[in-house]
Amino acid sequence: MSRHTIAVIAAAGAMAIAAGGATSQAQAQDVKIGLILPYTGPGAELSPEMDKAIDLYQKLNAAQIKPYKLTIIKRDSKAPNGAAAKIDAQELLTQEKVDVLAGWIYSPDAIASAPVVTAGKRLGVIMNAGTAFITNLSPYYVRTSFTLWQSSYVMGEEAAKYLHAKTAVVAYTDYPPGKDALNAFKYAFEHNGGKVIDAIPAGGPEATPDFTPFFQRVKDEHPNVLFVFVPAGDQATAVVKTFAALGMKAAGTQLIGTGDIVPDDLLQGMGESAVGLITVHHYNADLDNPQNKAFVAAWKKAYGPDSTPNFTSVGAWDGIAAINHALHATKGKIDDGAAAVKSLEGWKFNSPQGPIEIDPHTRDIVMNEYLDQVVKGSDGKLHEKVLATFHNVKDQCKELAIGPCAPKK
Amino acid sequence: MRRHRLRWWEALPWIAGLAFYFAFPDYLGFGCDLLVTILFALSLDLALGYAGIITLGHGAFFGVGAYTVGMLASYNIWTEPITGLLLAAAVAGVIGFLSGLVLLRTTGLTLLMLTLCTMTLLYEAANMAAAYTGGFDGLPSLPISPVFGVFEFNPLYADTQYLFALGVILVCFIFVRILVYSPFGQSLTGIRENVLRMHAIGSPVRRRLIVCYTISAALAGVAGGLSAQTTAFVNLAVLGLDRSATVLIVLILGGYGRLYGAFIGAVVYLALEHFLAQIYPAAWQLGLGIVLVLIALFARNGILGLGETLWQRFGPRRAAP
Repeated sequence: MSRHTIAVIAAAGAMAIAAGGATSQAQAQDVKIGLILPYTGPGAELSPEMDKAIDLYQKLNAAQIKPYKLTIIKRDSKAPNGAAAKIDAQELLTQEKVDVLAGWIYSPDAIASAPVVTAGKRLGVIMNAGTAFITNLSPYYVRTSFTLWQSSYVMGEEAAKYLHAKTAVVAYTDYPPGKDALNAFKYAFEHNGGKVIDAIPAGGPEATPDFTPFFQRVKDEHPNVLFVFVPAGDQATAVVKTFAALGMKAAGTQLIGTGDIVPDDLLQGMGESAVGLITVHHYNADLDNPQNKAFVAAWKKAYGPDSTPNFTSVGAWDGIAAINHALHATKGKIDDGAAAVKSLEGWKFNSPQGPIEIDPHTRDIVMNEYLDQVVKGSDGKLHEKVLATFHNVKDQCKELAIGPCAPKK
Repeated sequence: MRRHRLRWWEALPWIAGLAFYFAFPDYLGFGCDLLVTILFALSLDLALGYAGIITLGHGAFFGVGAYTVGMLASYNIWTEPITGLLLAAAVAGVIGFLSGLVLLRTTGLTLLMLTLCTMTLLYEAANMAAAYTGGFDGLPSLPISPVFGVFEFNPLYADTQYLFALGVILVCFIFVRILVYSPFGQSLTGIRENVLRMHAIGSPVRRRLIVCYTISAALAGVAGGLSAQTTAFVNLAVLGLDRSATVLIVLILGGYGRLYGAFIGAVVYLALEHFLAQIYPAAWQLGLGIVLVLIALFARNGILGLGETLWQRFGPRRAAP
């Protein structure tokens, strides 16, 4: 072995050691995110959509996340009884010592967890739960999803202004989001000259009811519009099909609703019956903005051409983006909940759903709402056409401070 | 007379309960859930295991107890925890007595369906009165006064809650133990084993059953109230079928008609559920399901029954008399 070779080997060895030292020095700070979602029980179909969005964000934005490393610790919140989610939050904070909590599909889970989040003094990013007053329950809650008041209030206004409806009937699933949708629609519609002539509670959230008797009653009342809220899922398909089967459109009633009745992942399965439906929502997969084009294309590339992201995926995407922002704004000290929340107050972000902002006073999302109509495209598939855009829509329940959003005495 | 003498091993569950407090301070939220389930299973054991009243709607009384404590606290009418539990027991007992008057005229499948109906009616009533009960979203952040005016409930580490719950179930257990070994308890077992003969010897069967059902409902009410206090939250799920079905599985798993069946069943079921769910958040139900199938196939009398069989076969043989 020549002296030269030995020198080369020695030099290579020294470089390897130096490089090793360098990597360990620049080693990513590990940030633990506790994710509380119902992986079993009635909400189990939504959680994988949110997981996919979170994975996709980390994959596509690896450069923006650096030098930090996000570790997601998942916990099952099981049936929506609040207790399981609360124990999850306690154990994530005390055993896993997470820096941030996130998730919450069901409102009761977020409501029950509120005292724990407050006591744990960690940022809690609500990625789906939609009951309006939740953000009042803990100063560490920030919401990146929606409230039913945002979409339903705009729908109520536009039913009167855009559709020139005079009378409406509301059919809603008999649980808090349904009641929120009813109250918001009714408030806005009646303040714009309309009249809600009937409000029909149509079953609970867990099983899909037969909508025929409810809709037959609506048909006999001849309203201009029928406003429906049901949870996005199988109930939505049943609503659209029953409405078409009863020939209510020909009888002069327009079906309108929140975007929950035409979820993106189920739209193609609804077929001809969905064409012409008018809804208001903050997201649809056909939105024409560069962020959404890139988001949907990356989604289809990662999860198959037949898989379509929906609004729950976007809530999770925006939530993880918010965590990433807070992480950089606090220079890695995201475990200081008060500082993390402060860094998100007034935070602006170009989301796939358009520009969003966190309201500095309520820590709730401010976003665009879109008046959409279902149309059949030249490719033979169903698409959402945006008829009008409403900018910077706030949660009207807290803005008007009515009902459960009124400040406590 | 020998049966009800206290044996040395009867202290073990309570020592284990205290040891858990010191060994796992991070798991006390789960521990509270466990204690509440034990108490609820114990109340069901009194009705189902001892008196043979087949019910799928015991959650009705759990829910009534939880809402009694929850609504009184939420509107700041009554937040003291111990008297709160007594009130929960009283309200649940009254509902149990009134529904028992009607329901206990039936037996078997009819009774099963009617208990389920009672619970569903209460569920719908609570949903319709959502303005007062909070409905599906529930009553948030219930204020519960400190125990004895000193020990505050801790939202993050559920230490006070755990010891309080342990104390409550100790008192309830002593009560149930005295009850089932009393002549009244013996007559309940008689009714379960052969109701015709009990009629024949002149036992007031229906009255006994109603009293037993009322006591069982009151205990379930205490469990519900305890659940509302330890989680500081109540929603419609307390009246749901889920909980009633789970507690039935817990009791059958542990072994019904035995004082400690509720303890063994709840510990095994909840520990499996909790730790499997931590490791496999989306697939834990598979592991739990396999265990339940095995128990149903090979241990008809639950885990305690299995242990007894094994002891009789392999344990030390008694000397012939």
